[in-house]
Amino acid sequence: MARELPYIAAVQEAIFEEMGRDESVLFYGQDVAPSDDDNFVKAYGRDRVRVSPISETAEIGMAVGLALAGYRPVVELLMAEFMLVAMNQVVNEAPRLRYMSGGQVKVPLVLKAGYGFTAGWAGQHTGSIYGMFMGFPGLKIALPSTPADAKGLMTTAIRDDNPVCYLINYLLVLEHGDVPEGEHAVPFGEATVRRSGSDVTIVATGWTVGRALAAAQTLAGEGIQAEVVDPRTLNPLDTATILSSVEKTGRLVLVDQGTRHGGASAAIAAEVAEHGFGSLKAPIAQVTALDVTVPYSEPMEAFVLPNEEKIAGSVRQVLGEAPVAA
Amino acid sequence: MQELDNDRLVWMFTQMLRIREFEERVKRTFEEHPGVIRGHTHLADGAEASIVGSLATLQPGDQLMATYRCHGYPVALGTETKAIMAEIYGRKDGLCGGYGGSMHLVDPSRGFMGTSGIVGQGIPQATGLGWAAQLRSRSHSPQVVLAFFGDGASKQGAFHESLNLASLWKLPVVYVMENNNYNVSTRSEQEDANAAAGEPLSVKAAAYSMPGVTVDGGDPVAVYEVVGAAADRARAGEGPTLVESKVYRLSAHGNIIAPPGVPLHYPEHEAITTFGNREEYEAALRGDPVPRFRARLVEQGVLEADRADRITEEVRAEMDAAVQYALDSPFPEAETAARYDYVYA
Repeated sequence: MARELPYIAAVQEAIFEEMGRDESVLFYGQDVAPSDDDNFVKAYGRDRVRVSPISETAEIGMAVGLALAGYRPVVELLMAEFMLVAMNQVVNEAPRLRYMSGGQVKVPLVLKAGYGFTAGWAGQHTGSIYGMFMGFPGLKIALPSTPADAKGLMTTAIRDDNPVCYLINYLLVLEHGDVPEGEHAVPFGEATVRRSGSDVTIVATGWTVGRALAAAQTLAGEGIQAEVVDPRTLNPLDTATILSSVEKTGRLVLVDQGTRHGGASAAIAAEVAEHGFGSLKAPIAQVTALDVTVPYSEPMEAFVLPNEEKIAGSVRQVLGEAPVAA
Repeated sequence: MQELDNDRLVWMFTQMLRIREFEERVKRTFEEHPGVIRGHTHLADGAEASIVGSLATLQPGDQLMATYRCHGYPVALGTETKAIMAEIYGRKDGLCGGYGGSMHLVDPSRGFMGTSGIVGQGIPQATGLGWAAQLRSRSHSPQVVLAFFGDGASKQGAFHESLNLASLWKLPVVYVMENNNYNVSTRSEQEDANAAAGEPLSVKAAAYSMPGVTVDGGDPVAVYEVVGAAADRARAGEGPTLVESKVYRLSAHGNIIAPPGVPLHYPEHEAITTFGNREEYEAALRGDPVPRFRARLVEQGVLEADRADRITEEVRAEMDAAVQYALDSPFPEAETAARYDYVYA
């Protein structure tokens, strides 16, 4: 049975339910359950639910130690940028220890953080920084775009035997949607087709999935059938689903809330250019955030982000229905 | 804390000697087998008493983490020295299959949960092991984690964040700072406010409301007593302790750093190469903990000189065999670099 839940409640439900299923799951971080009236504390106790100081290196480093000792910590990091404070633990410790040990250890942990909060949070709390994590083998990246996936991907993240950056798009936290009751796991590395279409493939993640679907709706009115693919995880990345969609449509528009260079859309573009070139009838187009720090003032903030109009415009361009810029 | 009987004291001497002889062979490899060791190695010679005195406090289920200067711990814990040497030589039969090398030894089967090659970064991980030990202690006998790091690491945020949390949560961790007085070639008083003020580095513990103790890291019995008392306190649920164990590194920080093709070797200690202070280094050699402990045991009648010689011969034979084993071990097949089951569990 499914019922409507907001995205953020679905995330918490997955953690709560996994803690009930598996005693090795721990949940802690800044501002997690400072009160003993918290539902997590009441259900699972202070051994497993703790509020931590503002000490990201210790929080994430401890998660590595807990994982080595057989636990499955979920660390609340609030903002993805706070991981930057502890970048060594995120990218140079957690994902490397298993390989460097010759497979002797495993490091199951979940780094739960919000990103992309382009709601007037200015330059240091708005980044869509998932692309940078793609360069670290061993580190998985989940980007849920719906409440159902928010639950299902968190369940999988907790059960996964590797470090996972589970990134919540903060623009989506109050979005409602059907969420399955009880156990619900969405496998990593399986993209989903949010909308079928035959003319163009749009790949989008997180908040941009909704923007892409809105653009597809507009384009449908013009007789253009866009297929919208949501990878759901960037590592592992389901290139097969993207390639087979491109094989069908022959055109690809990549939408990314992150910056243009060195990011997720660039990585996907490279995969398709290498493995799907024969299917392409037009150059791949990228609709990304501009390569600037996200500005505070609302019109400027909106200007740098991808939106429905930019996506639709890009689709028309790859379909040759608008002048192509030189 | 258990009394150290004669057998245990001889065991401690033997382990100190094993670490020393192992490290000497690593060092000699650069001369005797040029090109066999790549990258960077860091030796524990001079720290044997501190390592063995600390590890002698371990009980079943206890765990530890260390730094890139990590050969000594698994040697004393009973990891096969031939597997450690083969790892340092990058061979297939290495402890980590050649995936880790000198800086990344790990043997979870003996509680040695790993190392970090980045200064200070193992400290929070050991602190996480401490939380896990605290949870296990609810249903098992109390367990303790030893966190080994150097004096330089105590200027890292990771150190301060971890000690704060461990004290706040009364985690069963003993933080063992091996203070060799040098950050590579920078002396402590040049980069540590406590050292510059003439204070021991253990005063840092006061900031986190935990005991801080300074001990002669050249005396394995003294280290055993201090770390053992801290471990007892941790087992009793009273939280962590910072132990500053003062050691003198008898080799340079590491072998020279050079591009491929340039033969590597160990330079002289930084006291000489950077500060021109040969007397400091020679004084340290005169206080070398390994012969010092041997002389003490012989003098106390714990160990006959003949037996000490026999132990020495056995240890040397073991380490020679480790070198030969490592030399004879094949390289891993190159394509095993793409073992994705090691990238992802």
